Amino acid sequence: MNNTPYIKAEHVSFAYKNDDSGDVQVLRDVSFEIARGEFVAVLGHNGSGKSTLAKLLNMILSPSEGRIYIDGEEITSPDFTEEDLFRIRRKIGMVFQNPDNQLVATIVEEDIAFGPENLGTTPAEIRARVDEALAAVGMTAFARHSPHQLSGGQKQRIAIAGIIAMLPECIIFDESTAMLDPSGREEVMETIEKLNRERGITVLHITHNMNEAVRADRILVVNDGQILIDGKPREVFSHVEELKAVGLDVPQVTELMWKLRGQGIALPANIIDEEEGADLLASLIRGEQSK
Amino acid sequence: MTTENKATSIRFENVSYIYSPDTPFEKRALDCINTEIEGGVITGLIGHTGSGKSTLVQLMNGLLKPTCGKVYVGGRDIWEDPKKIREFRFRVGLVFQYPEYQLFEETIYKDIAFGPSNMGLDEAEIKARVLESLDFVGLDASMLDKSPFDLSGGQKRRVAIAGIMAMRPEVLVLDEPAAGLDPRGREEILGGVHEYQRRSGSTVIIVSHSMEDMAKYADRLLVMKGAEVIKNGDCHEIFAESETLTSIGLDVPQITRFMKALAARGVDVPADIFTVDEAAAALLPLLRKEGGASC
Repeated sequence: MNNTPYIKAEHVSFAYKNDDSGDVQVLRDVSFEIARGEFVAVLGHNGSGKSTLAKLLNMILSPSEGRIYIDGEEITSPDFTEEDLFRIRRKIGMVFQNPDNQLVATIVEEDIAFGPENLGTTPAEIRARVDEALAAVGMTAFARHSPHQLSGGQKQRIAIAGIIAMLPECIIFDESTAMLDPSGREEVMETIEKLNRERGITVLHITHNMNEAVRADRILVVNDGQILIDGKPREVFSHVEELKAVGLDVPQVTELMWKLRGQGIALPANIIDEEEGADLLASLIRGEQSK
Repeated sequence: MTTENKATSIRFENVSYIYSPDTPFEKRALDCINTEIEGGVITGLIGHTGSGKSTLVQLMNGLLKPTCGKVYVGGRDIWEDPKKIREFRFRVGLVFQYPEYQLFEETIYKDIAFGPSNMGLDEAEIKARVLESLDFVGLDASMLDKSPFDLSGGQKRRVAIAGIMAMRPEVLVLDEPAAGLDPRGREEILGGVHEYQRRSGSTVIIVSHSMEDMAKYADRLLVMKGAEVIKNGDCHEIFAESETLTSIGLDVPQITRFMKALAARGVDVPADIFTVDEAAAALLPLLRKEGGASC
């Protein structure tokens, strides 16, 4: 392993061209680094620029200014060929919001085979990759089902398996849990955590759900085309006022502690977990009762 | 808003619905439902994907006809005279998931006016309703001549909801109105619906997966599981039974789990707390004692 950051963005700006009202500036001078194997959540309200950021990283879009490096290689370089581009896209997979828009075949295993087939992989290798990918997302029993009979969470896991079969180094989840019910969200979150932990896949998880963001190693808060806060979940969520000001939430336990602090109770700002919060408050209250 | 909208309830009597009956694809989506949705309040309809929520919703205004059983809106069997079913399409307004994809008119005004125009209202009345609905969803009247396609996703959705509100339905049903929006967008939409309900006194039903949102905006909850209604009660009652909700793949608000965790540590707190403000109110006196003693 080397110390080169897996993803590095240097002074990246991006504007959408719009003939009527001039260009729309979406990202402004954004710089950050993401280490190999890191699990990073990206928070930001609709229109903050977070999806654009994701699309820049696998070159669906290219920045108007600045440089982006993937695994030490500059993907924004003028010498970057189309062949290089395909190589990068194979390394960085994307899973989108709507599970129904991402499945192409009528049988689950054929859907997963679609990517490797297009890479010209041998049939034996495709078989092995499909089986392995199904196992990785816990969907082996559904190999011969039709995707349309699956639940939302299961469909997203198949979409993830389709990416896994391409042997990616990094997966970007662009609000991939937004359309799912609570158990579907949990299935996908557990799959993401497992891929990150067991395979060392670098994860960028774009979400509006604060309870999901808490589970990442690090959170980038994007607002108005810039990175507003960058830190561990505990640090990030201690900025309650700042997050609320840009239309974001904090976990309810963090908000409770913040409200109680506002009433003059001395409590730490960095509680994000309910068990931890309960330990703390219980000892404060019991401490009083035992006096 | 006129006050003639009496609180209309919806009652299901032995209602079953089977998709593709007598074929290999036969699926029982609702199994002998007997329940009533109270009038004049906001009811949250929650349940796992595939539990029958959308089918139930489509039975409310006669988009689907029950395989057996009866649906009563405001005490009347809606299928008593099938020729009059159209009347119930106006009385029960349905906002589908992602309604922003259903906008089609050239201007926002025309889009919101489409429903009331179909009801045969005169121009002045239509205009009054368009303005009123626009206000409910928090959009500015200066936008009325713009194309709806120039709006952001959240704004488009609000226009679509205003279009249904403008029909002044006695019952407004919204299927996942906040899906995919950020916290501020959720608050704008659900806060607007809440305001609409309080001002109109009409019946509102919101299908949602977010327990945090339902804790904040719903008065009552209807819980579905496997084609059946397993709970119908007020929010306090239902969130107090967090184990039941968890066992059927639903969730309770984090703050409710937190209060349970506190109770498990021997702190005497109520079990039916589901908003942060309630939790703060319950905990402050307990924590204050400490402050008071040390002063």
